[in-house]
Amino acid sequence: MIRLDRDNVPLLFLIGALIPTTIFLVIQAVNDPALFLETLIKALGLGAVYALIALGFVLIFKATQTVNFAQGALAAAGALFVSFLVADEHIPFTTVPNPLINIGPEWLGWGLSVLVALIFAALLGLIIERITIRPMVGEPLFSVAVITLGLEIVLRVFNNDTVKTEFRALEIPWGNGGTTVGGAFINYSVIAALITAVVAFVGVFFFYRSKTGIAMRAVAFDQEAAMAQGINVGRVFAIAWAAGAVLAAIGGIFATQPPVKQTGAVEPETANIAFRALPAVILGGLDSATGALLGGLIVGLAEIFAGQYAAGESDWLGAGYPVIVPYIVMIIGLLVRPYGLFGTPEIRRV
Amino acid sequence: MLEIANLEVVYNEVILVLRGLSIEVPDGQIVALLGANGAGKTTTLRAISGLLDVHEGAVTKGSISWNGEAIAGKKPSEIVRSGITQVMEGRRVFAEMTVDENLTTGGFTIKDKAATAASYDRVMELFPQLGERRSQTAGYLSGGEQQMLAIGRAMMASPKLLVLDEPSLGLAPMLIEQIRDIIVDINKSGTSVLLIEQNAMMALSIADYGYIMETGKIVMDGEPAKLLADDDVKEFYLGLHSGDDTEKKSFRDVKHYKRRKKWSS
Ligand SMILES: Nc1ncnc2c1ncn2[C@@H]1O[C@H](COP(=O)(O)OP(=O)(O)OP(=O)(O)O)[C@@H](O)[C@H]1O
Ligand SMILES: [Mg+2]
Repeated sequence: MIRLDRDNVPLLFLIGALIPTTIFLVIQAVNDPALFLETLIKALGLGAVYALIALGFVLIFKATQTVNFAQGALAAAGALFVSFLVADEHIPFTTVPNPLINIGPEWLGWGLSVLVALIFAALLGLIIERITIRPMVGEPLFSVAVITLGLEIVLRVFNNDTVKTEFRALEIPWGNGGTTVGGAFINYSVIAALITAVVAFVGVFFFYRSKTGIAMRAVAFDQEAAMAQGINVGRVFAIAWAAGAVLAAIGGIFATQPPVKQTGAVEPETANIAFRALPAVILGGLDSATGALLGGLIVGLAEIFAGQYAAGESDWLGAGYPVIVPYIVMIIGLLVRPYGLFGTPEIRRV
Repeated sequence: MLEIANLEVVYNEVILVLRGLSIEVPDGQIVALLGANGAGKTTTLRAISGLLDVHEGAVTKGSISWNGEAIAGKKPSEIVRSGITQVMEGRRVFAEMTVDENLTTGGFTIKDKAATAASYDRVMELFPQLGERRSQTAGYLSGGEQQMLAIGRAMMASPKLLVLDEPSLGLAPMLIEQIRDIIVDINKSGTSVLLIEQNAMMALSIADYGYIMETGKIVMDGEPAKLLADDDVKEFYLGLHSGDDTEKKSFRDVKHYKRRKKWSS
């Protein structure tokens, strides 16, 4: 039984808020099932995108104890790589034509090009780790986090002013297309995001149980003891950053698509996706993949449902307010569980 | 054979902790390295396994040679690959991971699957208790089981030299005996052992040779029988006193002082 004392106030508040919300949503679902279903799938799609970005944060944080604030710029860079390969049809930073784009049907050439873009993203992650993170091993974590913040700014300016991020199309073969299920319109991009998230999370689950993944968890838990086993900590850092950058790039690609955006093109704003996903990361717990998944879904659901059902309902809530919903959810979540839903309290590491 | 000659180690560029330490671990032997708190035992071990960096420490003089090759300054992973593994002070098991996963980290440097499987079987043979707890989280094991896991983890790399830092620390006498027997077992199958201990009785009962260090250097060495017969060793490390009447105490204190001087000069 939950006692009514000061520690439990946030939890009781949460329960108090959830009960009327649930009743309200049930009424909405009965009134207009098609709209409800459409909203739900859109919300899951956004949750999947947040979860993918959050997973990138978690992979890097767990292995290196660094909150990577450059995740947003990496996301935009990943989407830019795709645009280079499929719209400009050449290999990034060169004038060499992309030979893959003409292979087979349109979707195959496009898919292969995306894989190449992800390889570029991985390389970018490796370079950043090698140049700016590796030399900082053993230095205060705060300094390292600030370095990543600096990187974010440098990369953003580079993306926007040198590469010119202005509306570069990603030419996704299905465009804004979709299908109708039970009266609800579902974007193919939403389905793709959901499938990608499932693949990524199952992949990380198995990765963490592989020899390399176990080594990464060992480094996360006790770096010196891991070194004593002959585990190469530098290589673990590199793998974490490469994987984190790839997940950021995947998130960046989806950030140009519905339900995040309708334009299907990279814009300067694309980099903001990481900050929009940050509440999901914090809510789930910085060092937990499960937390990234649940945090992403909760935040995605809250944002889309609030936008759909609450925005028009009152005059004093402006149209832009759904964007702050993730932060409100995060604050309430942290009041209940300061380390996030699945995060590990720091005390464990003596 | 491991040969350490005139080793000097400095922390933070100013704190001199090892002051010309020399020891040898011949192949196939158990060598005990004894010393009081703060003598520099763990520091010696860090120097051997390349972990000084982590603690802002560095070798400033002397040499560490392993089978004729200088290893001071090499990366920990290279040292493990060359056949030296260590069981760290305080066990340092990966508490969040299962027993099997902990053992996997120990075999990280071995690429050959068959060799890994063989060392795994060997570890299970040495520690049947671990076999019953393979998929259990290491953090929930008892202190003794965690020590076994730490030794098992180090054995996964099939080392030629196993270095143990105070494996008896905090264990009940029965468990200390069990750990001791396992160390003998490991040594019999061809692994040399450098055993760092404060429990001199336990270490000297199985060692072929022993060193006693104080404030960063060796003050006495010899066969266990010789060390055990020494009055100073008896007093300082075994807690045995020749007489217990209070009248003699002051005299003995003077002698303590003299002996200490003799050792550390
Ligand atoms: N990272 C460090 N920085 C500075 N001084 C250190 C560091 N680590 C150890 N020392 C100092 O070096 C000396 C030797 O320490 P060390 O841990 O090697 O001793 P030890 O013989 O293993 O002791 P114990 O039996 O307590 O484990 C001690 O005086 C200690 O304070
Ligand atoms: Mg010690």
